[in-house]
Order: sequence, then C-alpha cells, then structure tokens
Amino acid sequence: MTDPTPLVATRDLVKVYRMGDTEVHALAGVSVDIARGEFVAVMGASGSGKSTFMNMIGCLDVPTSGSYRLDGEDTAALRADDLASIRNRKIGFVFQQFNLLPRTSALDNVELPLLYAGVPPAERHERARAKLAMVGLDGRAGHHPSQLSGGQQQRVAIARALVNEPKLILADEPTGALDSTTSIEVMALLQALNRDGITIVVVTHERDIAAFASRTIQFRDGRVVSDARHVPRAAWTDPAPPSARAGSRDGARAGWQAPR
Amino acid sequence: MSLLATLRIALAALRVNKLRSALTMLGIVIGVGAVIAMTAIGAGAQARVEDQIRSLGSNLIIVLPGNITSGGVRMGSGAQLTLSEDDAAALPREIPEIEVAAPQLRGGGQVVFGNSNWATQILGVTTDYLVAREWALESGREFTGSDIDAAAKIVLVGQTVARTLFGESDPVGETIRIRNVPHEIVGLLERKGQSMIGQDQDDVVLIPISTARKRVLGGQQVRARNVGSITVKVRQGADVAHAEQLMRDLLRQRHRLQANQEDDFFVRNLSEVLSAQEASSRVLAILLAAIASVSLLVGGIGIMNIMLVSVTERTREIGLRMAVGAKSRDILTQFLVEAVTLSLIGGIVGIVLGAIASVLVGEFAGWRTEMGADAVLLAFGFSAAVGVFFGFYPARKASRLVPIEALRHE
Repeated sequence: MTDPTPLVATRDLVKVYRMGDTEVHALAGVSVDIARGEFVAVMGASGSGKSTFMNMIGCLDVPTSGSYRLDGEDTAALRADDLASIRNRKIGFVFQQFNLLPRTSALDNVELPLLYAGVPPAERHERARAKLAMVGLDGRAGHHPSQLSGGQQQRVAIARALVNEPKLILADEPTGALDSTTSIEVMALLQALNRDGITIVVVTHERDIAAFASRTIQFRDGRVVSDARHVPRAAWTDPAPPSARAGSRDGARAGWQAPR
Repeated sequence: MSLLATLRIALAALRVNKLRSALTMLGIVIGVGAVIAMTAIGAGAQARVEDQIRSLGSNLIIVLPGNITSGGVRMGSGAQLTLSEDDAAALPREIPEIEVAAPQLRGGGQVVFGNSNWATQILGVTTDYLVAREWALESGREFTGSDIDAAAKIVLVGQTVARTLFGESDPVGETIRIRNVPHEIVGLLERKGQSMIGQDQDDVVLIPISTARKRVLGGQQVRARNVGSITVKVRQGADVAHAEQLMRDLLRQRHRLQANQEDDFFVRNLSEVLSAQEASSRVLAILLAAIASVSLLVGGIGIMNIMLVSVTERTREIGLRMAVGAKSRDILTQFLVEAVTLSLIGGIVGIVLGAIASVLVGEFAGWRTEMGADAVLLAFGFSAAVGVFFGFYPARKASRLVPIEALRHE
C-alpha cells in the first residue's frame, strides 16, 4: 500500500437522468478521493445520489460529465467491454439481495468471476474453495442458495466478490436483508478484509452500519454534504471472540477470521 | 470463456425448466422429422422414376410402323410393316446424333422346355438391341454379327421366362423350343423390372432377327427386310427433340412421302415422357420438403419466443454476470449456445423420428422411401441454422442490456 495515488478519484461527477421532460440530477458535481486501504461508508436518504455514486465508481454506469480515475486509470474513454474487464479484475460487488444465481451451487457462484476471467477449471475450483473457506463456508460448497440462510448467502456473495483478488469491494446495503446479529457478522467480515488491505466502500442508510467504517461520506441531493473520518466501531472486543458468535445461527465457524 | 463452459451453463439453464425446454424442442422435432420423412418420400418417388428410365434405357426413341391408306381406307397402325432393316441401318449412318438404331420383329408364341411351357413375347433382334436398351447379361454371351447372318437357332431368355421354365438353375446351354423350333440358350438377360405402364419387361425371349424372319415368326407380313419396330438410341448429350425431327425427315424421304401425305410411321419419344414424369416427381419432392420446412420455421419461431421470455426472466442474472465481468460477447454466446442446443437436440430427435416415420410409411403405405445421408446432414445443419437464426435476436438483446439497469430489473 505504498502507492500514493488514490484508488478512487472522482472530479465533478455529474449524472443526469431524463424522466420524460424533466431532468433529474442524480449527481450534481461530486469530487471524492478514496485512498487505498480505506473503509468508507456512503450515507444518505433515498434519492440522495449515493447509489448512483456507487454505480459510477463500480463502472456499472457512466457519468454524464466529470472524470473518474480508478487505480490511476481514466475510465471515461473505455468501452463497455473494457469496463466489464475492469469490473472483473479490480472490483468485487456485494448486493443487498445477494444476487446469487439460483439452482447453482455456492462453489459455482463463487467461481463466476473466474469463468469470465478465463481461469482454467482446476485453478477456478481451488481458488473458489479457498475463498469459501475464508468466509467459513467450506462445508457448504455444494449447497444451492435456497439451502442457505441469508447470512450464509451474503457470505457466499462476499467470497464471490473476493475470488478474483480485487482492490475495491463495493457493498450496496449489504446488511439490508439481514437481521442485526447477522449484519454485525457481515460487517465484521468486511472489517477483517479491510484490515488485510482491501479498500471497501459500503452504501447504507443505517448509522449503526456506517459506524463500522473509518470514514463516512454523507450525500444529499446529489452532493457531498459531509465527509468525516472516525474511529470504527469494533465488531467485537478484540482479541476475545464475540458474544455474538455463540448466538450465530450460521454455525460455530467464524466468518470473520482474517484472510490468509 | 471457453465454449465448453458456455455449453455447461446452457445445459444447466435448459434443465431448470425441463417441460418448457422439451416443448420448445418439440417444435423443432416435428419440423425436422417432417422434413426428413417428406424428403424420404419425395426421394423415393424420384428414385422410382429414375429406375424406370434406367430400365428403358436413356435417350430412347421408338419408331413404329404407321397407318397406310389403301384406296381411301386408312388401315391403322401396324397394318403393314412400313419400316425396313435398311431404314434402321440408314438412321445412324445419316444422322450423327443417333448412336444406334436397332430393328426388331415382334411376335408371340409358346416356349417349351421338357414338360413345361410358357407363352411369351418373341423378339427378333440384331446385336444393336442390347446396346440401345442398355441391357446387360447375367450370364452367357451376346449375339454376334455372324449369329445374325447365319440365322443361328440361339436365344437369350428374360428372367421371367427363365424362372418359369428352369426355376433357380442357370438355363444357359439348355435347349428350348420356340414355336416348335429348337433353340439353344446362350445367355440370360439381367432383370429389367416393370415398364412404365406396368408391363413385365423380363417376360421375353430374344432371337436373331434373321432367325425370327425365316424360321419362327414367318408369315406373309414378315416380308423380305421389313421390321416391326426400330429402337433408336440418341447420343448422350445430343438434343433428343432435334434428332427426332431429323429422323422423321429422313424416314419421310426414304419412304418417298409427298408433303400432303401423313407419316407412315409413328415416333414415340419415351424418355421424354419419363423425363416429364421425373420433373414432376422432383417438383413433388421439393413441394413436400417446402411444406415440411414451414413446420421447421414455426419451430424456430417457438425457440425465438422462448428465448425472448428467458432473456426477460433472467435479466437480473444477465446484469449480475455483467457486473462480475461478462463481456457482451460472453452473454451473446451464452444465449446463442442455449438456442442452438435446443434446436440441435430437437434436430437429432427429429431425424430419428423422421427416419422411423419414413420406414413406417414405406411399410404400411407401400410407398418407396429413400433416406440419404445428405438429407440427414442437411436437416442437422438446417436445425443448427434455425437455432442461430432465431436465437440471435434474443441473444443480442440480452448482450446489449445495460448492466446497472439489468441488475435493478424486477
């Protein structure tokens, strides 16, 4: 992490949606730098532009104007397929609704990014298994999403986000579909990954969840209204294992062990 | 992404909705099956006509004696033998388009071997006859020029006659009596089968035309060098209609007919009739295949329909695949492979069912059916093409989705 250039650098990012005759300014000039190794929470009410911002830095959408450099690379000139390649290599996504492929085993779900990266099958299986083990689901590789609990599904999704060794993980309301105990587990897992050097951006509207990050950016009406660093809330009292662990419905395996 | 991995994804996707996949395939199964069965029936009909042409000999014209008018009485066809061996000899000599012209004398009579006998057609021929009819021998030898000159008492027997008199044993070398004249069998003719009008062409014995004239048929009609008919073979590649016209002119000239007189002979261009039949059977075959293709087209539209539904249903899946790095080409290939897999599996099942159907039609309707490897390959290729053609639009639609909109799709 000696690279001084920010991982994410946006300048005057503007996104305008056309809805009939009216123009909606989802982003009205956003300039944000996110350094390597940061854990950022993006907050704001619905319609504040936080999801649009997230889609921009995730290369899922292109800005109307303004520039975005990811890992020092200007994304403005890139075509859709180049953006797909960037998403594949540099970004891992975690969604509120998990977005796992139904009727597909956890292992196959985790392998998906490697499939599009052109990794040969044997290596694909091996790497996907390793990531499943990292999130504490090595015993569930053959299970389909419908056979897993919400927390387990989100952990499969996190393993999928991790499998191609991305620099940035973008989590859009990752705890929105989970109960509070499971939410804390998932946030602890993200904290552990962050400690290992991965940059994490979490979009949330819950203050409790944002507290796990070390920096919170507030959006309102397409603009950044506050940007503050703070001491993250610990998911458990280090180094003792969390009391939440005993109440975990996902079994005894710790999902938040630091990745090796 | 490798094609194998894509194929695995496609198969998995098709397995998810088994009934729907099966019903979609059914459209292709019926289409390909119909194409296979119909082309088999069409090819069978064509082959039958081609066989008839082959049994007759190709580019064949038959000249028959015509009517003569004697004191205002028109005597009708064949009342007098107006053609001669000299006419037959003149035809290939004067007209380069004609390969051979074989004269014949025709009669009927009893043939006897031991204590069995059989009434058959007796044909007096020259060496040219087998050439003109493209008729080979199964065993024995053909007539030679000296056999004809010497009016040898030898005979070539047709299959039906041989079977009737000798059963399965080889008749060559035996002696039969034709109208009480003993003849040695020197050859057995190959099977010709039925003629176009259902006549048994194998129910015949061939003897030298000289023998027929002097010893067997005889009678007042069979004068000096007159013949009952001339079988003319036009050279391969020559214009048969043109040759026919030249022949008419030559014969009129040789018979010294005035411009106001009718022909005293008839010309029958049999291969023309047959090629017309062949053309109509070909049209029939094309028509059958075309009608069957319509059902294949309908099957293809079914695939397109289901693929469009599938793309809409799986929009979120497509969005997710794009989010984790699928390029538009990957998505295009995935859905295209799915469509082609549907149509190819349907095509294979259809080929099998079509083959069974054509065998059943042959068995129960008694129609001749012929299934060539080319028809199978064509049907296979066609069903793949249907998959690509009708799968392309839905696949392209999927590949052009915007990732973020696809992900948000409800």
